[in-house]
Amino acid sequence: MTSEARGTDRTIDPRPPRSLLLSRSASRWARIAAATGQGLLFLVTAFSAASILFIFYFIIRDALPFFQLRGITEFLTTKDWYPSGTPPHFGALAIFFGSGLVTLGAVVVAVPMGIAAAVCLSDVLPFTLRQAVKPVIEILAAIPSVAYGFFALVVLAPMLQSHGGPVLAVAAWCVGTPLVLLMSVVAGDLAASRFTGARTRILRYALTVALAMLGGFGLWRLGAELRGLDIDSGTNALNVSLILGIMALPTIVSVSEDALQATGRDLREGSYALGATRAETIVKVIIPAASSGILAAVILGVMRAIGETMVVWMASGNAAQIPDPWYNVLQPVRTLTATIAGDMGEADHVMGSARYHVLFAMAAGLLLISFLCNLASEHVRRRTLRGIEGT
Amino acid sequence: MLRTLILACALIGTAFAGDPSTLVLDGSTTVGPIAKAFAEYYMQNNPDVNITVSESGSGNGAKSIVNGTCDIANMSRFMKHEEFKAATDAGRMPTAHVVAMDGIAVVVHPANPVKDLTVDKIRDIYTGAITNWKDIGGPNKKIIVVSRDTNSGTYETFETLVMNKQKMAGSVEYVGSNGAARQRVQSTDAAIGYVGLGFVDNTVKAVTVNGVAATPQTVASGTYAVARPLFMFTNGYPKLGSHLHAFVTLHLTAKGQEMVEGIGFVPVTAY
Repeated sequence: MTSEARGTDRTIDPRPPRSLLLSRSASRWARIAAATGQGLLFLVTAFSAASILFIFYFIIRDALPFFQLRGITEFLTTKDWYPSGTPPHFGALAIFFGSGLVTLGAVVVAVPMGIAAAVCLSDVLPFTLRQAVKPVIEILAAIPSVAYGFFALVVLAPMLQSHGGPVLAVAAWCVGTPLVLLMSVVAGDLAASRFTGARTRILRYALTVALAMLGGFGLWRLGAELRGLDIDSGTNALNVSLILGIMALPTIVSVSEDALQATGRDLREGSYALGATRAETIVKVIIPAASSGILAAVILGVMRAIGETMVVWMASGNAAQIPDPWYNVLQPVRTLTATIAGDMGEADHVMGSARYHVLFAMAAGLLLISFLCNLASEHVRRRTLRGIEGT
Repeated sequence: MLRTLILACALIGTAFAGDPSTLVLDGSTTVGPIAKAFAEYYMQNNPDVNITVSESGSGNGAKSIVNGTCDIANMSRFMKHEEFKAATDAGRMPTAHVVAMDGIAVVVHPANPVKDLTVDKIRDIYTGAITNWKDIGGPNKKIIVVSRDTNSGTYETFETLVMNKQKMAGSVEYVGSNGAARQRVQSTDAAIGYVGLGFVDNTVKAVTVNGVAATPQTVASGTYAVARPLFMFTNGYPKLGSHLHAFVTLHLTAKGQEMVEGIGFVPVTAY
């Protein structure tokens, strides 16, 4: 077998090794073909880069006339949005704020849930179950946004209006109970470990129970507080934040799960070999090692939430106001994307009006935000790669 | 083979022959249902005619007639001066056909005890001067004010007929269609909204305005305060006897009036 293999090797050997590049003796046709192929590939690649530049160019070209017509101060510092009024007002502060508020809300909903789900998928669930669950989560990304919007408008909004308080209270309990239990166990453990002696075990139990009761009381108070809430309008920032959070979930889960997986088996086995428990391994080793990947996942999720149009147009209420107080997510808000989508039809191109160009100014703002997000995620990725190579 | 080819050519030939047997309609979502009903009826009786109806808003309808991309622009308002000028600059002569009357009904939740509002009161609600139902004889509840988006003809008409150049409050919610406005009002017991008369059904309650109920008769005769004509615009008056001519005069026939009424609008002849 081996001699035969060597024999075949020898039969190939006499031919000179083929270079990856064209040899000097290659025919003209071969050179032309190679050049054409390379050129074609370059064009295709350049096309996607060029289209980004074109988008920047066209949006900024149509955004600039707005600033020439109206200046930048009114746009960024006032909150009166009356594009069709006489005289019109183009204060977009409340609209920028609305975009920020619903995105923040989506982050609060999606990030803890997404990271927890990613950890569960990558380190807790058995392999076969993971193979089944991950595609199901990714289906969330395939649902058209208008379907989410319809759900938010027709199901969630009336529910928040008629049973808003109880629904919020139940949600707070669902989220809070496991959280309180987990925290009290961990905190009790940590506190008890500071004392050495025969009664450590009893102390630990006592501390855990005391902390759990304290947390439970807090939850009960919070629940009572929430249950008393009366939600005037179901199409508000909370509604949209919940839906956007769910829409951003698949991105966050999928990308952070990949990051967690990429830390590798060696790291986990090393941690176990040092005597760490699974919880310690996950919290102190795996998550820190994958933190940059998780951060990138969060940024991608944020970009999904901030760029979403249909859901916010249908379910955010589109009231151009800064809620009072500013964190009141139970009031309707208006976002950049919804404003662009909603005001496009009547904004008359023929007139070259400020009303038309203001939408491009908003689009430029959105573009700038997602560009910065993208840069940030790229920066994080680079830094990690360098870190890994350094070790 | 040759025969099918000739047949295909003949078919294409008839499709593009002199009298356009393809009609393209674009514009208002309010006029859209009328246009669709007319189109369905017309195509049934003239199988060789193909009619497409898009609903992209009155403003887009005007743009389409300016650009020459449609035969009929459905509009829920008259053309603005700028639009008319753009059209004549482009060599087109927008010609208005009033196909129906539309009353804008002010709607509240069926459980709301408020029955009548004056135009001034409605304006005060939308400007934010009145924020609680108890100030106008209702329960002690914050009013959820729902408006159509500023891109719609319905908004523009409401603004013209009711708002009297005053600005809506910042807390007013905007929705993208008549259906969405009705949906918000029927699912929110403290809401007020406005929709075209054709969109009022028993899931919402239309209040009387200045004591006059929004009915076909009050709208057509002009006694109801918040009413407007609905237009189809063509480029010049269509050639007599053409499909286009027959289509824009369909609302004058008995069948046309029946269809307009069936959708919930008011025939121009309903005095």
